[in-house]
Amino acid sequence: MGALFDKLNNDVRFVEGINGCINCGTCTAICPAAEVYDYEPRSIVNMVQTRDDSIIEGLLKSDTIWYCGECMSCKTRCPRNNAPGLVVQALRGLSIEKGYFIESEKGRQQLSLKRMLGNSILETGYCVHFDHTELSMFPELGPVWQWVRDNREKVLAKVGANYKGDGPGAMRNIAKENLDELEKIFEVTGGIDWFDKIENNSAQKAEEMNLDIGEKTSKSSTYFRHVYTYNTPNKHNRK
Amino acid sequence: MKKEGKKKIWSEYQKEIADDKFYFVRSCIRQTFFPGSDTAYLKILRDVLGKDVYEDPNHTTCTGIAYHTEVVPFSTIQTVVARNFALMRENGYENYTPSCVTSFGIYSEILDTWHHFPEEKQRTRDYLRKATGREFEEPANLVHTSDVIYKFRNEIAAKAKYRLVNKETGEPLKVVDHIGCHYSKMFPSKGVGGAEYPQVLAGLVETFGGEVIDYPERRHCCGFGFRQYFVQANRGYSISASKKKFASMEPYKPDLIITNCPGCNYFMDRWQYALEEMEGKTYGANGEGIPVLSYEEVAGIVLGFDPWKMGLQMHQTDIEPLLKKIGVEYNPDDKYKGPNGEDLGLPKGLKFIKD
Repeated sequence: MGALFDKLNNDVRFVEGINGCINCGTCTAICPAAEVYDYEPRSIVNMVQTRDDSIIEGLLKSDTIWYCGECMSCKTRCPRNNAPGLVVQALRGLSIEKGYFIESEKGRQQLSLKRMLGNSILETGYCVHFDHTELSMFPELGPVWQWVRDNREKVLAKVGANYKGDGPGAMRNIAKENLDELEKIFEVTGGIDWFDKIENNSAQKAEEMNLDIGEKTSKSSTYFRHVYTYNTPNKHNRK
Repeated sequence: MKKEGKKKIWSEYQKEIADDKFYFVRSCIRQTFFPGSDTAYLKILRDVLGKDVYEDPNHTTCTGIAYHTEVVPFSTIQTVVARNFALMRENGYENYTPSCVTSFGIYSEILDTWHHFPEEKQRTRDYLRKATGREFEEPANLVHTSDVIYKFRNEIAAKAKYRLVNKETGEPLKVVDHIGCHYSKMFPSKGVGGAEYPQVLAGLVETFGGEVIDYPERRHCCGFGFRQYFVQANRGYSISASKKKFASMEPYKPDLIITNCPGCNYFMDRWQYALEEMEGKTYGANGEGIPVLSYEEVAGIVLGFDPWKMGLQMHQTDIEPLLKKIGVEYNPDDKYKGPNGEDLGLPKGLKFIKD
């Protein structure tokens, strides 16, 4: 057994997710990702079961582990009670821990996710916040959403929300003492180190790619825009 | 099979749902995109059913979306969840009711982890104490808010003003139920009816007089996929999954899609709009979309709530065709007005609205 396999075994999700795969392929048949990407959850479990560190390192540096949508449909159907989705979560965690995520196009997307979702948690108390739902980032929100945004105070008041207000309610302001507690939890549990790892490794890759990573809150830097929008043609699609 | 045998099997797919004194926590997506549905839920529970529902302004996200995009590590989400549990007990409640299906899956996963790996629970206790000085206990009862509406479906139906029946024909409306993956695919025993025969929405629809459609892709994911939506480069994954479902349900001519997950509601609603823009294709009757509503929005409609105070005008796919089929008395002119009747103009470029 190699060091990487040992690391995976320290993740309880990995322990829960793999109980001896029989290669039946049920997970692949049910997988929404396998319909659109060049992807088979069965192969991932197969590769991990080799316990071969060179194979596992290849996975950690590949696009493959980032194709899963974590819907966990695989867990329901597996006749051996495996959960390839949990195995993928453990692999992704290790890929970030080792800094390997920047070696793949889909892994590099991590910077955009950290800046959109991670920053929002510490700033607003929620992963998603009304103020961050610009149509330029999410055009499928459509014209009704633009109308809501243009008339936010009135529309949100009409439907009973408490937009940026004190006390309970939808979209309420989260008091500073609560945000401070969240940030402290992130510090104590390694969440802040996780953010830094994503930022620092991405900065190194941006330099290699001759792109600007911008401030840690930037969603307009050339590196952010690249990882957020770009696919190498015909690289990821199911063949 | 004898009826007794069927009953025995079915009993294994039931779960305990508390009767009162609920600690309510918000969803990132529902409170942002469908805030009126939260309003409807609280009105149904408090005003119609007379239940005690407490919302603590100090609770926060569970960080589930960030966890499922690998932005937040497992140790961090466990501790944020433990903080929310601590707040519940500090306020004197023990029945935890998240509005979000991703959250419900997160809470279920973490409770299961703590059961199998007590050292994770102990480490979480230590982290929470160090970070906040708080102590936590697990909830006595953890259910999704759709479970609560399901539990009280007969009481709601008894007070209903309308039924899910076509006013013109007298026929039951045909309804597609879409269950969020993380409601019962991870832990089937945690969902009413399990993963194979979830009843949490179907039971509601039938109680309100509608007919549930069984179609080939009924259990397929809506396509959220977390990073597969949030990163623009990946959205082909997301819209493809929804399109597969729309194409599969289209021959059955559904009048309504009902969901229990805020994310699913968002995608089934918005991807219909995007597919119309991209391909000129609509999946409802007469070139319209198929209205997509949550369980509490449907309950609110049958109870006769004002659709615009429930925020149904915030859906991109127009829901008025459904209101007309049911025969709901409502004021169409108030749809795009402010809280005091102010004219806010119309959304520009609407296609699902017929002249």
